[in-house]
Amino acid sequence: MGFTKTANGRGVTVVRIEGQLIVGNRQELKALIQDSLEAGDRKFLIDCSQTAYIDSSGLGALVTISKKVRENGGDLRLAGLNDDLRSLFELTKLDALFTIVPTVDDGLAGF
Amino acid sequence: MSFRLTIHRTEPAPSEVGPVAVDLAMPSDVDKVGTVVELMAGQCFAGQAPCARTAFRLKVTLAEALSNAILRGNGADPDKQVFVHAELTSEVIRLSVQDQGPGLDPARWEAGPILPEELESEGGRGLFIIKHLADQVGFSDQGNTIWMTLPRS
Repeated sequence: MGFTKTANGRGVTVVRIEGQLIVGNRQELKALIQDSLEAGDRKFLIDCSQTAYIDSSGLGALVTISKKVRENGGDLRLAGLNDDLRSLFELTKLDALFTIVPTVDDGLAGF
Repeated sequence: MSFRLTIHRTEPAPSEVGPVAVDLAMPSDVDKVGTVVELMAGQCFAGQAPCARTAFRLKVTLAEALSNAILRGNGADPDKQVFVHAELTSEVIRLSVQDQGPGLDPARWEAGPILPEELESEGGRGLFIIKHLADQVGFSDQGNTIWMTLPRS
């Protein structure tokens, strides 16, 4: 459970969400991205392939993080969503706000 | 703070698995939401093999309800608790989440920020998500209890 940050060597920071992104750990993700922005990272790929579920607080955190990354001239994409997570983004219309790609490899290739 | 998890089981009818009642009280601490969700999911699906979609719906809606109860209902007051009650039949899970706050008007949060100009709003999606993922949703007259039903399989 938690977040794993890796750099792919080509300027993309991959953050894997393991378990859940909910009210109890959203601030941790926000802080992680903020620290990365301050360290100069601008390209972020959020890997949801190990994510069981996300609640509205988690969705809200992703919205805020994405906005902050864009304000800093960066880009944030989501990858590896299963059908349930995908349907949650569609339900809340957030699929229109995020670039969502099928796999991490697709996301890395797209940057 | 520790959890108090109390499980009451009535004698099931020969043809049914339940009814079973599960009660749990938790502190107003958002750090505990993930643990409580897993505990309740384990209780609700004990002896069952839920489809992944059903488990997902239960976890998301319960996390939403707990989050609302802790932050909005109880105002994150550490002296207040949140009470979770589940009634399980062979086919249906009926969950209720009660806080110790004065009660809120659910209509204020039902719409959800889904218009294009609202999408960048961080909050406001909780009840919207619950209403779409649960089969049925209701509120107590006082406004400090939400209940919902989900399939058990």
